[in-house]
Amino acid sequence: MFELILTIWQDAIALLPDVLQPFAAIISKIVVILMPLIICVAFLTLAERKIIGYMQVRIGPNRVGPRGLLQPFADTFKLMFKEIIIPSNSNKFLFVGAPLITFAPAVAAWAVIPFDEGMALSNINAGLLYVLAITSIGVYGVIIAGWASNSKYAFLGAMRSSAQIVSYEIAMGFALVGVLIASGSLNMHEIVVAQKGSVLNWFALPLFPLFMVYFISGVAETNRAPFDVAEGESEIVAGFHVEYSGMAFAVFFLAEYANMILISALAAIMFLGGWYSPLAGLGVVSDTLFALPYIGWAFDSGFHWLFFKIAFFLLMFLWFRATFPRYRYDQIMRLGWKVFIPITIVWLLVAGVMVLAEIPPWFDKGGLS
Amino acid sequence: MAEIRNYTMNFGPQHPAAHGVLRLVLEMDGEVVERADPHVGLLHRGTEKLAETKPFNQSIGYMDRLDYVSMMCNEHAYVMAIEKLLGIEVPRRAQYIRVMFDEITRILNHLMWLGTHGLDIGAMTMFLYCFREREDLMDCYEAVSGTRMHATYYRPGGVYRDLPGTMPQYEVSKWHKKKDVDRMNEARQGSLLDFIEDFTRRFPKMVDEYETLLTDNRIWKQRTVGIGVVSPERAQQLGFSGPMLRGSGVEWDIRKKQPYAVYDELFFDIPVGVTGDCYDRYLVRMEELRQSNHIIKQCVEWLRNNPGPVITQDHKVAPPKRLDMKGDMEALIHHFKLFTEGYCVPEGEVYASVEAPKGEFGVYLVSDGANKPYRVKMRAPGFAHISAMDEMVRGHMLADVVAVIGTMDIVFGEIDR
Repeated sequence: MFELILTIWQDAIALLPDVLQPFAAIISKIVVILMPLIICVAFLTLAERKIIGYMQVRIGPNRVGPRGLLQPFADTFKLMFKEIIIPSNSNKFLFVGAPLITFAPAVAAWAVIPFDEGMALSNINAGLLYVLAITSIGVYGVIIAGWASNSKYAFLGAMRSSAQIVSYEIAMGFALVGVLIASGSLNMHEIVVAQKGSVLNWFALPLFPLFMVYFISGVAETNRAPFDVAEGESEIVAGFHVEYSGMAFAVFFLAEYANMILISALAAIMFLGGWYSPLAGLGVVSDTLFALPYIGWAFDSGFHWLFFKIAFFLLMFLWFRATFPRYRYDQIMRLGWKVFIPITIVWLLVAGVMVLAEIPPWFDKGGLS
Repeated sequence: MAEIRNYTMNFGPQHPAAHGVLRLVLEMDGEVVERADPHVGLLHRGTEKLAETKPFNQSIGYMDRLDYVSMMCNEHAYVMAIEKLLGIEVPRRAQYIRVMFDEITRILNHLMWLGTHGLDIGAMTMFLYCFREREDLMDCYEAVSGTRMHATYYRPGGVYRDLPGTMPQYEVSKWHKKKDVDRMNEARQGSLLDFIEDFTRRFPKMVDEYETLLTDNRIWKQRTVGIGVVSPERAQQLGFSGPMLRGSGVEWDIRKKQPYAVYDELFFDIPVGVTGDCYDRYLVRMEELRQSNHIIKQCVEWLRNNPGPVITQDHKVAPPKRLDMKGDMEALIHHFKLFTEGYCVPEGEVYASVEAPKGEFGVYLVSDGANKPYRVKMRAPGFAHISAMDEMVRGHMLADVVAVIGTMDIVFGEIDR
């Protein structure tokens, strides 16, 4: 199936003039990544409303389409036809540009995400650095949006957001340095391959504190509950996007959800062995099962496992939102600087020692080679 | 060097945490509140003046609309004031029914408070859980009075009618299948008292459920411990009452100190806080939920065993039976007089107060002997609480303002009147 599509695609590109061939290849890959991503974002909004609905003993949207499945499209149409009100005292250029600055990095970071063995838009060596750099840009959109709106609530939201993201970026960066030490590579693909073997080889085990810090910082980075002070519904109304309406607002919304999926994907790749199946390599499931035509494919490593892992993290995002009260702005800072950063620094040392001592089963294959 | 000025922020009246129409003008140094100036009056409907233009018994409905989440408690204060002036005796069964519904109202109010307080602090699931239980209590309101909120159930001399023998049932519809409806109607097969008793059995488990979500939650504690501290002396000076006063450690509850209705015959405790912060007030109110449940249980027990009249037989004050009117001339005249002129109340002035869920709700009534009050003044607990807003939030952060508004349990219906 995959091979057939691949050959058709290669043949189609070969028909184009030589100059256009690389462009066509890249653009088609981008479309293949982006379209499912946008659809996932759309249905994530529905999933959020449904799942939180069930957690809160209600049913969530069920009017549009069967069981509310078409709700995301109804929302999109509504937002598209709404007027984008630009406040008269705002800086119009920045006001309109801010949503794009937020959205573009959320999508651009997907360029280096490996979906399966050899399946990535670009398999660059500095993949981890690229992700860190790109995701940091997203916060500028939030700050600019808050500043350009020329509204007091938006301004407070922007201030909160910038302070919060600066502090959590550090904890997050340190957590990623742990992965870098463990895998000995900045290349996303190699990071996953370093976790090959079985569930026991996944970095979530030796780097468990970093895994936790990374995921919680990720929740904070995406401005999700309980760290959603930048939006802070009950305090500063909607924070940085209080003045936005229509599609301009929708783009912020899309960016938030795309970021959630991105953080989940990164967590899955760096700590839960990316596309590797948790069943493989343990000896629990017999080899004959893997040899079966379809069932074997389902149990074996592959893209679908990455998908499940992402879905698991997304569920955690929603679960947090339904469970926890919101932190106060200064309490978030305290958690970031006084708890997470010390934890990561200590565990970096521990990870370094573990790598040097070549502790099995994670670091015995040569460690830093 | 540029002059450094404070940031003035307009918080409300259209704000998700404004609990109606609170307008706060906040003077802020960054995120820290330097001064909070609450503006009231946006929900002023002139209830006191309206009550002066109508016969005594026609203003009961206005009382529901004062504090629109503790309806029957407001009615209770008003009818108690009239009863004191008239000097009429209220049947014991009516007293018990009133106490039972006062406590149901307290649970309703505290659930509303818990939900919105949670929502303000960001625990949005609390809100929906609380409303699940509120629904059952609203059904009790509906069963006795026909409406879910503005009951007008208490009347001078008793209550409008006796407790019904059946509960309204859910019906099968496009949204509710037969199986679901059967499950929802399970507790509704018997009388209202059966339903309330079933509720009192279920409710403590629900409170436990709320407490697992909040009481030991680190974030909840960080957000409420040490926020909006009021010392016991200061709380008394500011005229606090109810859980706001008890949260500061002052043991004051009108139900215990100046018992009205039949509170002196019932067993219950009044919880008291220690430090007087938002967390203590939260704990006090959570315990009050349990205590109210306990009181309701006792009332149900008494009401089961003691049938009797629920309204005074003095037909100058309470309307006669519909059936009597058909054959009895005097009953017809009473009915006509009551629903046109009302009744004249002896000259004098009176103050009657109840322990409403939010604190001391009092009605001060002056009568000049006519069929309308000369002057009605309500003492709303929320008004005293909101006056302390500046003192409670000064030096705290913006997010704490929201927590303090939540802990005050503000409803603008009673503050603006």
